[in-house]
Amino acid sequence: MKNGTTNVLIVGVGGQGVLLASEILIEVAKLMGLDAKKSEVHGMSQRGGIVTSHVRFGKKVYSPLIPHRESDVILAFELAEGLRWVGELRPGGKIIVNTQKIIPTLTTTGKFFYPEKAEEKIRGYSPGATLLDAYEIALELGNPRMVNTILLGVLSKSIDLEEDKWIEVIQRMAPKGTAEINRTAFLKGKEID
Amino acid sequence: MEMLLSGNQALARGIYEFGGEFASAYPGTPSTEILETIARFWKDDVYAEWAINEKVALEVAVGASYGGARSLAAMKHVGVNVAADPFMTLAYTGVGAGLILVSADDPSLHSSQNEQDNRIYGKFASVPVLEPSDSQESKDFVRYAFEMSEEFDTPVLLRMTTRVSHSKGIVKIGERKVAENKGFERNIEKYVMVPAHAIKRHAIVASRLEKLKAFAEKTELNRVEWKDRKIGIVTGSIAYQHAREAMPEASILKLGLGYPLPMNKIRDFASKVERLFVVEELEGFYEEMIAAAGIKVEGKKYFSNLMELDVDRVRKGFIEAGELDASVIMPSIETEPVLPRPPVLCSGCPHRGVMVALKKAGVYTNGDIGCYTLGGLPPLSQIDSCLCMGASIGNAFGIEKAGKTSRKTVAIIGDSTFLHSGITALASVVYNRGTTTTIIADNGITAMTGGQQNPATSTTLMGEKTYSIDLAELCRALGVQHVRKVDPYDLDETLAAIKEETNRDAASVIITTRPCMLFPKKVNGSPYEVDLGKCIACGACFNVGCPSISVSEVKNEKGKPKSQIDPVTCTGCSICAQVCPADAIARIES
Ligand SMILES: Cc1ncc(C[n+]2csc(CCOP(=O)(O)OP(=O)(O)O)c2C)c(N)n1
Repeated sequence: MKNGTTNVLIVGVGGQGVLLASEILIEVAKLMGLDAKKSEVHGMSQRGGIVTSHVRFGKKVYSPLIPHRESDVILAFELAEGLRWVGELRPGGKIIVNTQKIIPTLTTTGKFFYPEKAEEKIRGYSPGATLLDAYEIALELGNPRMVNTILLGVLSKSIDLEEDKWIEVIQRMAPKGTAEINRTAFLKGKEID
Repeated sequence: MEMLLSGNQALARGIYEFGGEFASAYPGTPSTEILETIARFWKDDVYAEWAINEKVALEVAVGASYGGARSLAAMKHVGVNVAADPFMTLAYTGVGAGLILVSADDPSLHSSQNEQDNRIYGKFASVPVLEPSDSQESKDFVRYAFEMSEEFDTPVLLRMTTRVSHSKGIVKIGERKVAENKGFERNIEKYVMVPAHAIKRHAIVASRLEKLKAFAEKTELNRVEWKDRKIGIVTGSIAYQHAREAMPEASILKLGLGYPLPMNKIRDFASKVERLFVVEELEGFYEEMIAAAGIKVEGKKYFSNLMELDVDRVRKGFIEAGELDASVIMPSIETEPVLPRPPVLCSGCPHRGVMVALKKAGVYTNGDIGCYTLGGLPPLSQIDSCLCMGASIGNAFGIEKAGKTSRKTVAIIGDSTFLHSGITALASVVYNRGTTTTIIADNGITAMTGGQQNPATSTTLMGEKTYSIDLAELCRALGVQHVRKVDPYDLDETLAAIKEETNRDAASVIITTRPCMLFPKKVNGSPYEVDLGKCIACGACFNVGCPSISVSEVKNEKGKPKSQIDPVTCTGCSICAQVCPADAIARIES
């Protein structure tokens, strides 16, 4: 938290919901009365590419991009992406990784391989990493669509924003009729370390 | 009220609030959301349309401005090249009501074929350039732009960049105020650019530029932030945000008006600091002008003209310049490299069948700009050139006329791109007795930029039903005698058509017709599966480059992996089944 700015890097693969997650986070920061910026490149993310979203909030935010190794928290929606971006974490920062795997099409060429033992490696770089199978937890809750909200619950433990503001924004952005399950999923995420 | 808006959304809001009445654009990343936002929220107040290309977008916006409406034309940076002809002379005629040309530049080529710096167009045409650095300014500068346009009788170039367009920040929202629309006022010497009039207008352009320079000296668009006087930084656009963060103690002259420069203000600023730097993205645009004015300045020596800047790149420049200690940058930790994820054609994308057929036909393929360009990446690797929108047809014709290439060549171009700038090239081929084969990959939409309507899609940006151009009839009308439609999901049919048409001694067009899988609606089909008993692990299905096909755990006797299909994402296009020599892929029986 350099100069009072909190930096959250959210990463994943096109279609996973990275942009919605960062949208919710920045709205929560705004609701707290903070200055906030976020940046991502849209472009070709829909076609299986890597998606990264930089979210920054605090008293006054200038650049919309987080400098190298100044991410206070990294939230990875996909395992290999967690490994790809773990080097952006600041010393003492927190990385949260959903262990879902999305195998890139390139692996079919036989020249590229999905990283082995990625979970161990991430822990090697960041012993305090939280790795979880959010999909499994969502199934336990009875709604596989809650992956996103569970991950935000986990994320909320590492940053200083109020719980009721989180829930307010998540419920505002959630599809009709899912307010309660979203709240449950968020609180479930908060229980995980 | 305050809202979180992207630069593009904020700019659109500015058009609404500050009395814009007319907006035209051709889609292109990172500019596309400007018009989409206007059409979505304010179409009752601001007319919004997709033009067939950027030249037309600017020309209609010019007409609307002559006609009394505050107007906008928006495009990506390379679009301004297409619109450059009207733009350069528009600088002479000036405007009716306020007219803004948005150029959304793409430093780092996130989704473009080059990273040209369009501030240079402003200088080229003697037109003022405004450069917002965040979302709030993206909205506010629309007001300045309209006012300057009307006060100085000039178009204004509002230059966005990807980071400004696509970053979100907090924006104060205001009410809409509409200016009076006086309609078109006849003025032959101003609007009819024949040499006798234009030469007088050129003199007006020169005197206008002097007035703009005087304006630049006093406008609040250019402001000084005094801090420590050891280092002074002249900066603008997104580079300002990076520089402010990287150099919290430095004094900054922040330019909102990037052309013409307030040279007296800069000279004064320079005289009060020990060392003057320019921090700007891409070309040394300010730096060259400042140096030419005889002011001692440093810039591109430390801040590269390639790729976008960020806080660390600015810090690195100042470390090299000896003004920062190397410890301000966090040393990297070495982590294991992870395989890349290049974008791929979607599952079921109709372009895949065409690419597979072209590969089988063994032809060279002059590509164009659209999703089909992704067919140039491995494993398909079937695109041999890609220059700019519309270039495929002319390129293929040129290779044919150059005469030394033994393999056949074809052009492949999407429906939107054909309409944008392929029609003229095809007419030229026919006129010059070419035998080029052009494939129009018609997926019924402008897909690459996110699914915009075009003149062949039967709806407008504002959602009205409209006439839809029949591409086959259009090609026949241009004089192409051999026009046929094929289904790109049928490999045999597509391959046969390619072979037949490339061997024909006349110009021909093959229109491959199938809807896009994402737009206007996501298509789900009935998925296929691999019978692992039959699969011989030959890899033929891997070579179609489908994201639904992956390596399975099961191997053949030589240890080569067999394939598997993800039933959730497979749309059932059947291309993999058609290339499978072992008949191992079939539709899942429900
Ligand atoms: C001059 C110019 N304008 C706009 C763009 C942005 N752009 C890239 S691809 C594309 C259109 C693609 O549509 P189409 O040809 O129908 O192919 P599809 O993506 O649908 O397959 C556009 C507008 C560009 N690259 N250059």
